[in-house]
Amino acid sequence: MPENKINIETEDTIAEAKSLLADKDNLKMSARNLNFYYGENQALYNVSLDIEKNKVTALIGPSGCGKSTFLRTLNRMNETIPGTSLEGTVTLDGIDIYRDIKDVATLRTKVGMVFQKSNPFPKSVFENVAYGLKVNGITDKNLILEAVEETLKKAYLWEEVKDILNKNAYTLSGGQQQRLCIARALAVRPDVLLMDEPASALDPISTSKIEDLIGELKQNYTIVIVTHNMQQAARISDYTAFFYQGDLIEFGSTKNVFTKPLKKKTEDYVTGRFG
Amino acid sequence: MKTTAEKEITEVTTDSISYRFKVKSSGLVPRSLALLAVIIIIAILAVIMFNIFLDGIGIISWGFLTQPPQQGMEAGGIFPAIFGTVALVILMTVAVLPIGVLSAIYLHEYTSPNSKITRLIKIAINNLAGVPSIVFGLFGLGFFIGFIGTGIDSVFLEGNRPVWGQPAIIWAALTLSLLTLPVVIISTEEALRTIPPELKDASYALGATKLQTIRRIIIPQAMPGILTGAILSISRGAGEVAPIMFTGAAYYLPYLPIKLNDQFMELGYHIYVMATQSPDVEKTKPILFGTVLVLLVLTFLLNFTAIFIRSKMRRRQISA
Repeated sequence: MPENKINIETEDTIAEAKSLLADKDNLKMSARNLNFYYGENQALYNVSLDIEKNKVTALIGPSGCGKSTFLRTLNRMNETIPGTSLEGTVTLDGIDIYRDIKDVATLRTKVGMVFQKSNPFPKSVFENVAYGLKVNGITDKNLILEAVEETLKKAYLWEEVKDILNKNAYTLSGGQQQRLCIARALAVRPDVLLMDEPASALDPISTSKIEDLIGELKQNYTIVIVTHNMQQAARISDYTAFFYQGDLIEFGSTKNVFTKPLKKKTEDYVTGRFG
Repeated sequence: MKTTAEKEITEVTTDSISYRFKVKSSGLVPRSLALLAVIIIIAILAVIMFNIFLDGIGIISWGFLTQPPQQGMEAGGIFPAIFGTVALVILMTVAVLPIGVLSAIYLHEYTSPNSKITRLIKIAINNLAGVPSIVFGLFGLGFFIGFIGTGIDSVFLEGNRPVWGQPAIIWAALTLSLLTLPVVIISTEEALRTIPPELKDASYALGATKLQTIRRIIIPQAMPGILTGAILSISRGAGEVAPIMFTGAAYYLPYLPIKLNDQFMELGYHIYVMATQSPDVEKTKPILFGTVLVLLVLTFLLNFTAIFIRSKMRRRQISA
């Protein structure tokens, strides 16, 4: 039935148009027609999404919907998993990160990442922050010293750790460890910070500290955050993308997505009817 | 009058009581069997250690530890054999650790665990561990001395006397390192498996290359496991006689091995020689037991050194 087919295509086009930003000047990253496979299993279906500079974009959706997978395609961390493949393009400042950036290490210093489980290295607090600088070839001790202090201040952790810089990072509390991981990611001066449920394993006080930090950081960084927590997405993000079973269902300003969603699925999810 | 149902319930209850008794009492049998097995092991070890200690301690003296054998091994000490054993084990460790650790890293970090080639390599390693040690000795003789040593000599030497193409401590150490290679590979691999993948992810996400991640995160984390491999290979290597019989150990030498192509005396081989070649077994018996005791203590000492380094390293990892 040709008529039907045309209808579907038009609907798709509308949906896609909604997931793209009108203001192209403030575009930091964008994904176009992204398909992603774990072996035979397709995890992302034709996802196109724009990420605006110095804003917080939240990715929400039920478990296994592809939001973390999508996040990992933005700094090519997906390539560390064997047997995966990707179609489509992802750009950073207009540069195709899969075809035009040969050195993946450079990309990852531009697009930093914070993981769900805080994962400091079993080294001192200082060494954790200095690691990124050292592996990127910075050897000047004074420069590293300054950078570590500056970064820890940015992550609002300096006051708490300035006297224990040489202690093992594992002696810090869970919340401090996670903020240390954020500081570690900031040390290499990225433009974009990807966060994969950074507060899901933390208590409410630590969580609110992380959220405050995200609010501060967005002045200088573009942040993409995956979260299970709808209230958190509503509190901290400017844009929200709703993923479901590998499809990007809806994208828009957080206010719109939460108060007047266009799709029934989105409404069901954000009101807690499923998920 | 009880109803049938009540009767059945009573029967079931009595049954279950006897069943529970049976289960409880039957639990005693495997438990005591297991305990017996443990007691047998400990008893055997105790008897061996006790006998060696009792028969060997009498001869141990400063002179015994620092003098060379005299009068056809019926008097004097065992110093050259102690020196040779320590030198041999150190050379072996230096040779086996880099090769073993790099092999394990290749297997764990550079190949996918289910590929055919990985499985083939793993089968090869496990089979290497099962090869009898005398076969390693013959291999060492044929490969290291006959092929490599003689090869070096034929290139660099015009004279008739072989320099490298003869039994030597380096060839014995390399032969031993082949024997202990599987131990190092397997224990390193086990250590690599326990490193959380999140740490590797964190390193990659900061722009580190694979090589940097291996050098700065993976090897330091795996260090205790690597040292466990070293400990196990020292224990194994220090006591082996068969692999060094043809490749470098000597019956008696008036000098200590100071060059890599020197022959050497070794405690295990010394024990073998005294036990089988001595003209007067009764006379050499105390020396024999003393040598066995020294070999055991030396192996323990080498082990404890490695264990000490490992525990120090672990403490530093936690508290640094």
